Amino acid sequence: MLDLMFQYEFMRNALFAGLVVGIICPAIGVFLVVRRLSLMADALSHITLSGIAAGILLSKKGTLFQGISPMYMGMIFSVIGALLVEQLRKAYRFYQELAIPIILSTGIGLGVVLISIAKGFNVDLFSYLFGSVVAVGRNDLWTIIGVGFVVLLSIYFLYKELFALSFDEEYARISGIKRRMINLVFIVLVALTIAISMRIVGILLVSALITLPVAAALQISHSFKQTFWISIILAEFAVLGGLITAFYLDWASGGTIVLFSVFLLVLVLFVKKIVLKKD
Amino acid sequence: MKPIIECKNIHFHYNQNEVLKGVHFIVEKGDYVGLVGPNGSGKSTLLKIILGLMEPKQGEVKLFETPLGSFKEWHKIGYVSQKANSFNSGFPATVFEVVSMGLFGKLGLFKRLTREHRSIILEAIDQVGLSDLAERNIGKLSGGQQQRAFIARALVSSPELLILDEPTVGVDTESVDKFYQLLGKLHQEHNLTLLMVTHDIGMMTHHVNKVACLNKKIHFHGSPSDFEANQKAVLESAYGSNMNLVEHRH
Repeated sequence: MLDLMFQYEFMRNALFAGLVVGIICPAIGVFLVVRRLSLMADALSHITLSGIAAGILLSKKGTLFQGISPMYMGMIFSVIGALLVEQLRKAYRFYQELAIPIILSTGIGLGVVLISIAKGFNVDLFSYLFGSVVAVGRNDLWTIIGVGFVVLLSIYFLYKELFALSFDEEYARISGIKRRMINLVFIVLVALTIAISMRIVGILLVSALITLPVAAALQISHSFKQTFWISIILAEFAVLGGLITAFYLDWASGGTIVLFSVFLLVLVLFVKKIVLKKD
Repeated sequence: MKPIIECKNIHFHYNQNEVLKGVHFIVEKGDYVGLVGPNGSGKSTLLKIILGLMEPKQGEVKLFETPLGSFKEWHKIGYVSQKANSFNSGFPATVFEVVSMGLFGKLGLFKRLTREHRSIILEAIDQVGLSDLAERNIGKLSGGQQQRAFIARALVSSPELLILDEPTVGVDTESVDKFYQLLGKLHQEHNLTLLMVTHDIGMMTHHVNKVACLNKKIHFHGSPSDFEANQKAVLESAYGSNMNLVEHRH
């Protein structure tokens, strides 16, 4: 049955890209969620939208940018947005969550204006907003694999610092961990993760893949390591299940992946309740 | 005796509000110091300055005879913060994972835990009597057990100095007794130098070998017996007439 799917190059691309995204989204998400920064993913995904819009505009207006995927511009905007969030959090030390709506609305506002200038309200834009498997070209796939690899490697090497900073920032500082530097690297990793994931799940849905598998894993794990791995396993299930279902039923892929994540979360909550009742 | 912490003429103020006015304070090797003072006396600020989390407006701090600015050997210092507010109790981490954090600074960037580190972590957990709970979620432990896990985290890097900030707040009386026994054992058997900030004057004086009383500056620094002999005068000078102490609860 799956043979049919693999006959299409775009489906193979989408599956590979999906598997990469299914690892890095929850891997980054675990640290965001335990630091109570889940909404950061939303803020950065919306600023990515203005980057995409700028990319579309540039490719229409200038010859220099023709043929270059707007994804790169999305990535640049997302990283700049991430750095701005850090600055805003410093400016509003006692209202740190304020940085999120500020960046989020700026992203949407700027995005919509740029798209309207580019006269870009079309199918192409929709594929960025909601994700589209058909849209993952060869070049996109390589970018996703390359950036995904960098993100994963960074998490591998900074795992203990990220863990300590998430648990207790003051203690981490006293024990000699370079808080500022690690936080900066982390926020850039979040930005890169969002920018490369939007091809698969879309700007509006990427935060779901970052937070929902972690939310489910938190319900059933005792340790941080368990939370980390269970989140990844759940996200991979959601991506694979979502892509396959979307292919055969001709549904929107991003939405189907997100619904799968929601389904897994509800299932975990339900099973946990039954097990607890038995005890 | 070798000085471990030296504070010379430390001044600090928040806006117009003077918190520390020329604090001179020395902790020597082998000391077990209880630092007391009323609310707002600058105890936490002094600790933060010693730990390099805040910069004094004036004065100098030395740790292990090295000026704070160039001090790098943070693994020589174990820190136990107030249990309350220090972490999110829904955090998914086991006792083992929490204690392992004590090694991260010493390990340095990009290095990962080896088997040898794991046995050092288990040893520290054993030292505080939590071996059976090593794989338990930290949020599911009692206040006293959590505090012992944090001591293990502070001990895992084999520090020479242990700094504790109101470690018994939110811990039940029975656990507080055990807690002091553990600190006493560490002080004697491992020759650990201890600096503990506390509200609990009565309990503390039975265990420490030096008492320091702070209110913007040091009002007393000496042995517990001297402190008890002059308690009324010292406390009146440090606390003023509005004395409101936490007394020994036995």
